[in-house]
Amino acid sequence: MDIIEIIKNEFGSKIKSVLPHNEKRIYIEIDKNDLIDVARFVFQDMDARFITVSAVDNLENMEILYHFSCDPDGIVISLRVFIDRNKLLVESITSIVKGAANIEREIYELLGIKFLNHPGLKRFLTDEFPEGFYPLRKDSPRKAEQ
Amino acid sequence: MKKVIVPIGPYHPLFEEPEYFALYCDGERVVDIEWIAGYNHRGIEKLSESKHWDQVTFLIERICGICSTSHPVAYCNAVEDLARIEIPERAKYIRSIVGELERLHSHLLWVGLAGHFLGYNTVFMWAWKYREPILDIMEMVTGNRNHYAMMKIGGVRRNIENEDIDIIKKILDELKGKIEMLTAAVLDDPVLAARLKGVGVLTKQNIKDYGAVGPIARASGVDIDIRRDSPHAAYNLVEWKVITCQDGDVFSKAVVRLLECFESIKIIEQCLGKLKKIKGEIEVEVREIPPGEGIGRYEAPRGECFHYVRSDGTSRPVRHKIRAPSYVNIPTFKASCIGETIADVTIILAGVDPCYCCTERAITVYDVDTRKKLFDGKDLIKLSQEKTRKIRKQLGFKEK
Repeated sequence: MDIIEIIKNEFGSKIKSVLPHNEKRIYIEIDKNDLIDVARFVFQDMDARFITVSAVDNLENMEILYHFSCDPDGIVISLRVFIDRNKLLVESITSIVKGAANIEREIYELLGIKFLNHPGLKRFLTDEFPEGFYPLRKDSPRKAEQ
Repeated sequence: MKKVIVPIGPYHPLFEEPEYFALYCDGERVVDIEWIAGYNHRGIEKLSESKHWDQVTFLIERICGICSTSHPVAYCNAVEDLARIEIPERAKYIRSIVGELERLHSHLLWVGLAGHFLGYNTVFMWAWKYREPILDIMEMVTGNRNHYAMMKIGGVRRNIENEDIDIIKKILDELKGKIEMLTAAVLDDPVLAARLKGVGVLTKQNIKDYGAVGPIARASGVDIDIRRDSPHAAYNLVEWKVITCQDGDVFSKAVVRLLECFESIKIIEQCLGKLKKIKGEIEVEVREIPPGEGIGRYEAPRGECFHYVRSDGTSRPVRHKIRAPSYVNIPTFKASCIGETIADVTIILAGVDPCYCCTERAITVYDVDTRKKLFDGKDLIKLSQEKTRKIRKQLGFKEK
């Protein structure tokens, strides 16, 4: 549980909740405005490796999980951020992690979440999809034309 | 000097996503590289949301034909993490055996193709010939040369019978000598050393920036391996070691892959030995998946394979996020290709082990101004092979 203590000591009340699923899988909920600070701390100061970003549509809001791996210990830290479905905007972490550029582009096109200050936020996989159709949203029709 | 764009791709039948690279060249030098993806985006994450938990293992096996057991293992790890399932000991050993057999055939496939690109067709023929017995074992054990359908939430689908164990051991014993010979031939060759050392170097910082994984990271001295760091299956029950190199060039990547083959054989031999002594079930019954979320990882031949699943208690996943290793390995080209010559780019791209079929079929070099074709895929491989010949001559070898 050391990692939880380190993050709690650094950020205190900025950490909304900590959910250790087991000792190797830690989910930390933070506000989207604190994302950059916490991500920088985990990636640079704690020297965790960036794995990927998962985005989930919960219908009432959207959820983004930033997965980092503490390698020798086999621990995965997932930073959880909730964003309002009416204001799908979050700061890009590419200023800290270069490797996050493509996955942010993918989330942008599949769920319609915009990333602020991304170096090239354009479509990554689905060039020919119609505008405004986001396949991974739970309320999207099964076929684009419906 | 005229600037030229070199498109590589997009068709790429072995890999989950056909790739397309545009190389921006100033004469012979590459000044920038762009990756355009999505030619074969099949929406597997979306499809997975419409399948039963058990059906998903078959679906994700189709993500990749070469490492077709990596995704199911990572997915089963994720669901077992979610539902807190502990699999039986026998299933653990069987998972590791199938996983390591797959790593062996995948690494040999890479060595063969890398040899071909450098003009060493003998290496290509050897490596692919020695890969065949592994596929035979797979067929014997699982019923298929590829897409084994062995993994299942809670264990494995088929048993490895005790009477098969000696046959597998015999085939592996023969194979060991052959891979030793191949490794010595590749690593002692002065021409290959001259051609590959110092080419396409990735530093530790590059690896951290792009989050690269697997043999690419280990060749640059980054000591990560999910099999050791996040123990699952039988990897913490047998003796083996993680291979690392320090130089980060294509030669180091080849060394890491070749030496990993011996570790794989070591793991399989120990697992087979223990399997003989263990009796018991190969799976636990899993009736339903409770609400929650789970993360599963597996060290595929190309690096860490990552699955995130979420359940709402129904029979299907609500969300299934998949990250294949090449997703983070491919963008490292931005660091490794820039400043290199076109003749070296083929092998640098190959060094990451995405897949070569596309490279062979669809690289074309166009003149930016006139749109006239300058080279195609065959010419580029020829260029690469010619460079090897030139080095052979410089080193005083006679032309074959």
